[in-house]
Amino acid sequence: MAITEERPEILELESGDTTSSTGVFARPTNATGWRAWLFTVDHKKIGIMYGVVAMFWFLWGGIEALLIRAQLFTPNGTVLTADQYNQLFTMHGTTMVFLVIMPLAAAFANYMVPLQIGARDVAFPRMNALGLWIFVFGGIFLNLSWFLGGGPDGGWFAYAPNTGVTFSPGAGMDFYALGLQIAGIASLVGAINLIVTIINMRAPGMTMLRMPVFTWMILVVQFLLLFALPVITVALILLSFDRTFDANFFNVSMGADPLLWQHLFWIFGHPEVYILILPSFGIVSETLPVFSRKPLFGYSVIVISGAAIGFMGWGVWAHHMFVSGLGPVGVAAFSATTMFIAVPTGVKILNWIATMWGGNLRFTLPMMFSVSLVSMFTIGGLSGVMHAVAPADTQQTDTYFIVAHFHYVLFGGALMGLFAGMYYWWPKAFGYRLNDKLGKWHFWAVLLGFNMAFGPMHILGLQGMARRHSRYGPEDGFDFWNAVVTIGAFVILIGMIIFAVNIVRSWLGYKEGTVPQEPADPWDGRTLEWAIPSPTPEHNFDYVPVVTDVDDFWHKKYQPDANGKLRKVADGNAIAQKGDQHPHLPSPSYWPIVLAAALPLIALGLIYNLWLTGIGLVLLLGSMFGWSLEPATDPDAGHGDHGDDHGPEEDGPDGNDKVEAETAEEAPVD
Amino acid sequence: MTDVAESSTSQLAYGPTDWDDHHHLPTNTGLTNEKITMWAFLGSDCLLFGSLVSTYLLLRNRVGPSTRGPTAADLFDIPFTSVSSFVLLMSSLTMVLAVTSIQRAEMERCKLWLLTTAALGSIFIAGQVYEFTGFYREGLGFTTNISSSAFFTLTGFHGVHVSLGIVMLVTMWVLVSGGYLGPDRAETIEIIGLYWHFVDIVWIVIFAVVYLIP
Amino acid sequence: METVAASEEDTHAEHHDHGLSDVGYIKIAIILGVLTAVEVATYFWDFGILEVPSLLILMVVKFQIVVSYFMHLKFDSKVFSYLFVTGLVLAMAVFAAMGTSMVFWQDPSGCDASSFC
Repeated sequence: MAITEERPEILELESGDTTSSTGVFARPTNATGWRAWLFTVDHKKIGIMYGVVAMFWFLWGGIEALLIRAQLFTPNGTVLTADQYNQLFTMHGTTMVFLVIMPLAAAFANYMVPLQIGARDVAFPRMNALGLWIFVFGGIFLNLSWFLGGGPDGGWFAYAPNTGVTFSPGAGMDFYALGLQIAGIASLVGAINLIVTIINMRAPGMTMLRMPVFTWMILVVQFLLLFALPVITVALILLSFDRTFDANFFNVSMGADPLLWQHLFWIFGHPEVYILILPSFGIVSETLPVFSRKPLFGYSVIVISGAAIGFMGWGVWAHHMFVSGLGPVGVAAFSATTMFIAVPTGVKILNWIATMWGGNLRFTLPMMFSVSLVSMFTIGGLSGVMHAVAPADTQQTDTYFIVAHFHYVLFGGALMGLFAGMYYWWPKAFGYRLNDKLGKWHFWAVLLGFNMAFGPMHILGLQGMARRHSRYGPEDGFDFWNAVVTIGAFVILIGMIIFAVNIVRSWLGYKEGTVPQEPADPWDGRTLEWAIPSPTPEHNFDYVPVVTDVDDFWHKKYQPDANGKLRKVADGNAIAQKGDQHPHLPSPSYWPIVLAAALPLIALGLIYNLWLTGIGLVLLLGSMFGWSLEPATDPDAGHGDHGDDHGPEEDGPDGNDKVEAETAEEAPVD
Repeated sequence: MTDVAESSTSQLAYGPTDWDDHHHLPTNTGLTNEKITMWAFLGSDCLLFGSLVSTYLLLRNRVGPSTRGPTAADLFDIPFTSVSSFVLLMSSLTMVLAVTSIQRAEMERCKLWLLTTAALGSIFIAGQVYEFTGFYREGLGFTTNISSSAFFTLTGFHGVHVSLGIVMLVTMWVLVSGGYLGPDRAETIEIIGLYWHFVDIVWIVIFAVVYLIP
Repeated sequence: METVAASEEDTHAEHHDHGLSDVGYIKIAIILGVLTAVEVATYFWDFGILEVPSLLILMVVKFQIVVSYFMHLKFDSKVFSYLFVTGLVLAMAVFAAMGTSMVFWQDPSGCDASSFC
C-alpha cells in the first residue's frame, strides 16, 4: 500500500533534519510490482524472500541428495562418477546447511521477531535487506561453480589438506571458501540487526522474560552467529590464502598441522549445529502450547536451557575430531562436555512433553510437525549421546551411523520444526491456510520417507558402511538397506511435491475465493503476532502494544473467574487490531542490493582476475558512501521517522529518552 | 464461547496508548541502536583476532621438511615497531579529544583532532608498509614459510582494520566540514572512536604477544 | 598539546555527565606511554624469568585502561560491557582450549610439547 499517498497531512520535516537531502539518486518509491520487492526494506517482505530463496535451494539440495541416492541404489552404481559424487555430497551438505536451514530460520526470524516483540520493523531495515541480498548473491556465487569447472569436492567441512590446490585443483573449493565467506557476511549482518532489535525495540512492558520463546531462541542463535562466524571467516581466509596466494597454512611440508583447520572449523561448526536447531526449538515452543491449550511448561527453564545450550555449545567442538589424533586428555575432556550438553536439551524435551501432558490437544498440521520434531529429534539426540562416548564414536565415525544421526537432528529436528512454523504462520503471512488434507499427505509422506531414508542408515553404519564413498560392492551386504534408503528418499520427494502442489492450489483457491480469508487469530494464539490482522498490514501494529505478561494476548482473551477457573472473556479475532492506522515507515532503498552485488564480483575476481575485484571494491565503497549519505527515511516521502535507524538521538543527547526507557521496563502493572 | 462479554468484543486488546507516539519510540535500554551495534561488532571481532593471533602463535615456529627462510620473529625491529606502536596509542588519545570536542560543539577543534588521528593512523600504516617491504627484502615473503604466512595475515588484517578506520575518520572530517554532521550527532564520532580504540587494543595485544614475548 | 588541553579544561566544567576531562585523558595517555616504555625496556634489558609474566600483565593493564577510559566502558551502560566481554572471554577460553589441545594434549607424534609450536 502506498502509505505516502494516503498521508498528505504530515509534510514538514522535523527541525534539525539537515542531513536528509544528500542522497545521490532518487529513491525507489514503487509500492507494488517487482521493484517493491527488490528494493524493499520491509522485514516481512524480506522474510518471505528469504523463505522463497531457501526453498529454491532446498529443491536443488534435494535433487543433489536424490542423485546421490540413485548412485547408491545398487552396488557399483553407475549413475555418477566418483568425482561427481564428491561434488554432489559436498554441495548437498553445504547447500542444506548454509542455503536452506539457516535462511529458512532467518525467514521466520525476520518475519516473526518484530511481530512477537511488538515492533514495526527491525532496528536497521536497510541492513536487513542487505543481509538478504548478500545471502542471495552468495548462494548464486557458490553454485556458479557447477558451470565453471565443477563444484567443491572436499566435503562440507572441507578438511585440510584435502582442500589444497594439490588435492583439489579445480576452482570448486575457491567457490566454497569465498561463497561461504559471503554467506557468512550475510548472517553476521542479520545477526547484529536482530540482536539490536530484540535488545532495544521490544514493546513497552515486554521484559526479556516476557518474550515469546521463539524470539528468545532467535536471540540465542544470533549471539551464536555473532561469535561463531568470525572463526569460520578466519578459517576460510586461511584456506583462500593458501589456494589463491600460495600461503602455507595447511602445507604439511612446511610443518603445518592440518588439525588447525579442523579446530577452527568445528569451533564454528558446533555452535552452527545449535544455530540450525534452536530456531525450530523456538517454533515448537510456540506451537505446542497453542495446540495443547496450556501454557508452556516451565517457560523460564526452557529459556534458560536454550541459553545454556548456547553457552555450552562452545565447549564441545572437538567431539567431531575424536579419531583425529586429539590425544587422550582432549578426548576425555570433550567427551565429558558433550555428555553434559545433552542435559539442557533433554530438559527442553521433557518440558515439551509436560506441556502436552493433560492438554486439550488439537492435531492440526503445525502440531503434527511439532510432535514429529519432538520424537524424531529425540532419536537423533540419543544417537548423539552415543557419539559422546569416545570408544563407541571411534567405531561410528565416518560411517552411515553418523549420517543417520545428523539427519535425524537436522531433518527430523530442524526441518520438521520449520515446516511446523510454515503451516502455523502461513495464515499470518499470506492470509489463508494451506489445505489441510494435502498437508496431512505431505506430513505422512515426509515422516514415512524420512524414517525409511535415515532409519536404515543406523544399521548400515553399524555394519561398517563408510560415508562419502561413491560405491560399495555386492559382497558387502549393504544392498538391501541401501535400496530401502533410496526408496525412502524418493518418498520424501513425493511428500515435497505434495507440499508444492498444496502451496499452489491453496494460493489459487485463495485468489478465486474458494479458500477462505483467515481472521487475525485463527489458532487461538498466545503471542502478539495474532493480535494484528492476517495477512500482516505493512506497518504491523496500529498501536504499540503494552505488555504485562508472558503470552500477553492469551491473557487478554482468558481470565480467571471468581472461582479461579480460566474463562474466555474475549474473542481473539474481535479484539485484534484492525490494521487501519498508517504510521510512518522506513523508505525503500537501492543501496542494499547494489552493495550486495559487489561481493560476488570481488570474489569472482579473486579466482579469475584481480581487475574484477577492483571493480567490485569500487562498487562496494561507492555504495557504502551512497548508503550512508541516504537517510533511512526519505524526507520526500512525506513524513519523518518512526525511530528505526536513529533511535532517540534525534532528541538530542540530553537524556530524556533514557528516563522514558527506564519507565518502559517498569511500565507493566500487575 | 457463550460467556464472552459483549462489551469487551467492541474493544481492542491493544488500543491507543501513551506509548503510541509515532515519532519517538524510546528504545528499551535507553541506548541507541548504533552504539549497541558497534559493541556487538567489536565483541564479534574479538573472535576474529583471537583466531588470527592463536593461528600465528601455533604456527610461528613450526618447521617441516621444506621449510626455508627466516621466521618473522627473526627479523623484528623492536625499536622501530615500538615507535609505531606508540604512534597508534597516541592516536587513541587524539580520537578521544575529537569526541569530547564535538560533544562540546567545538567543531573546528573536532576537525583538527579527527585529521590528527587519521594522520597518526596513516603513519602507523606507513610504518607497517615499511616493515613489510623490509622483511621482503630480507627474504621473508608471504609465501616463504608458514611463520611468514601467519605473520603477514595477522598484521595485515590489523592493517586493513586501521585503514578502514582512516577512511571512516576522513569521511567524518568531510561530513563535519560540510556541516552535515553536527554536535547533535556527536555519537557517530564516538562510535567510530570505539572502533578506532578497538583497533588500538588489538595492537596492544599483538605488540606484546607477537613482538615482545620471545 | 598540553596547553591546548588545559584551555579546554577551563570550558569543560559544566559539561558531560561521564568520562574524564581532556586533561584526564592526557594523563591516561601518559600512563599508557610509560607502560609501553616499560614493555619496550624488556627488549633492551634482560628481565629473566619475569619477562613474559610482566609483559602479559602490562598488556592486560593497557588493554583494560584503553577499554575502561578511552572506550568509556567504565562509565557506560552495562549492556556494552556484556556484549564486549562475552566476545572477549569466549575468544580467550576457546582459543586457550584449542591451543592447549594442539600443543599439549595431542599425540606426541604430532608436535613437540616442549615448545609452543
